[in-house]
Amino acid sequence: MEALFYNADDGYLEGIVRGYRSSILTNSAYINLTQCETLEDVKLQLSASDYGPILQNEPHMSTSMLSQKCTDKMVQEFEYIRAHAVAPLQQFLDYMTYAYMIDNVILLITGTLHERDTRELLDRCHPLGVFDSMPALCVATNVAELYNSVLVETPLAPYFKDCLSAEDLDEMNIEIIRNTLYKAYLEDFFSFSQTFGGPTAEIMAELLQFEADRRSLNITINSFGTELTKDDRAKLFPHIGRLYPEGNLKLAKADDVDQVKATCDVFLEYRQFFDSMSGATKTLEDRFFEYEVHLNKKSFQQQFHYAIFYSFLKLKEQEIRNIVWISECISQGQKERINNYIPIF
Amino acid sequence: MGVYSARGNGDGLPVSAFSLYSYLSLSGLGLVLLYMLLTGSGEQFNVGEFLLTISPHMWSLLGIALCVGLSVGGAAWGIFITGASLVGGGVHAPRIVTKNLISIIFCEVVAIYGLIMAIVFTAKLEDVKDANVTSSEMYYKGFALFWAGLTTGLCNLVCGVSVGITGSSAALADSQDGQLFVKVLVIEIFGSIVGLFGLIVGLLVSGKV
Repeated sequence: MEALFYNADDGYLEGIVRGYRSSILTNSAYINLTQCETLEDVKLQLSASDYGPILQNEPHMSTSMLSQKCTDKMVQEFEYIRAHAVAPLQQFLDYMTYAYMIDNVILLITGTLHERDTRELLDRCHPLGVFDSMPALCVATNVAELYNSVLVETPLAPYFKDCLSAEDLDEMNIEIIRNTLYKAYLEDFFSFSQTFGGPTAEIMAELLQFEADRRSLNITINSFGTELTKDDRAKLFPHIGRLYPEGNLKLAKADDVDQVKATCDVFLEYRQFFDSMSGATKTLEDRFFEYEVHLNKKSFQQQFHYAIFYSFLKLKEQEIRNIVWISECISQGQKERINNYIPIF
Repeated sequence: MGVYSARGNGDGLPVSAFSLYSYLSLSGLGLVLLYMLLTGSGEQFNVGEFLLTISPHMWSLLGIALCVGLSVGGAAWGIFITGASLVGGGVHAPRIVTKNLISIIFCEVVAIYGLIMAIVFTAKLEDVKDANVTSSEMYYKGFALFWAGLTTGLCNLVCGVSVGITGSSAALADSQDGQLFVKVLVIEIFGSIVGLFGLIVGLLVSGKV
């Protein structure tokens, strides 16, 4: 039924996003990129793509510049969509930016903890997650202060309710805050996307559930051998996802990677993450990314839903990671690892 | 209704207000009916007689209005569904725009079906003297034109929507891969034939008048 009304508000933007999608680098473009000897060659190869015009006037190529320019391009496209969006889609797009906001907040707090220069930190923040009162984050010393002075006015405020109890801002607490925020964010986004019903709910459920499961697995694996207690670990797992509830329960009790692997064995799609881990060149993180790309590609096969806006941003991010990885390998002369990028189309 | 019911759930008002109004009007109607029944004037509520008091002219003109109105509504709906996607998809691949105008034309054809039928029906209208207006031939004429018009109108409405949705998919598919255009267009043509069925039945029903 959404086919009847969807196009009135969002048909144009869907067409635009599909246009952006078709400019995502294809496999043959990646093969050409990996043949490059210098960053100038990379620039030459990219000149035929959508990145051509933005790189044209750059005299010196460097990996950081490339990453910066590509991110700018992505942000520019996203902002174009957001500027044309109306009511429910606008809110959906806003939800997508909250993830970047959380990252920025954590980046600033961590930077302040290590006494970095504020301006330098602000430069490194992701442009999609920028909000007005961001510079003020650098003066906060505990969570309550952070919340009261800055974050209460941002959309992130409701997510903070679970981590206000944390006292000091040390490395451990910051990591806990990040994961608690992300958990609250994912659950909120999930319930919001479910209100749409139809294909939007269906596809977003799949995407967000995987995101939640990935976080649960990462938290579990990274917490081995740290001070994080098993109870605290269990609190960080999002209450959505296919692993919830019994998989999360098992993860909370896991002591080593083998137990994590046993938990995932139940799910056909997740089993492959841990298959032949030893000896393979791909890391677990790469396998997660690969599966994420697969899910995001799938969402383009249906029409009249909002998940393509989410998927487009995720695919574009992956593309930037790929370009940066390839150019990093080229500039550091690590040609043997250059093929570890994740092809998209 | 995915997107729209979501809006209703968002602020809670439209959906509950709608059901509130429908409950109110239903119970109001029930009250009036019960009142008439219990006060001994229940036979005033006579659907058959009510229908017969409507002039056959009224029936045939209603049929014509529904025929052209619903057809144009279907066509317009289809055009906006196709058009929005076409404009969006055309930004990155301008080559699709001229080619996909054919989808718009397919939708437009639906409105023309309705218009043709309305013209055919109008030709069957004639001025009838008062004495003859309640004769059974006149009733038959009125009812036949009404239902023929409604059949054509509804068929064209769904046909327009169907062609519109397929056309929108055709535009987006074409913008990704030019080879897909013809393939989706074939499906679109099948969709547009649905409207012809209504047209034929409409002609048959009104043909005996």
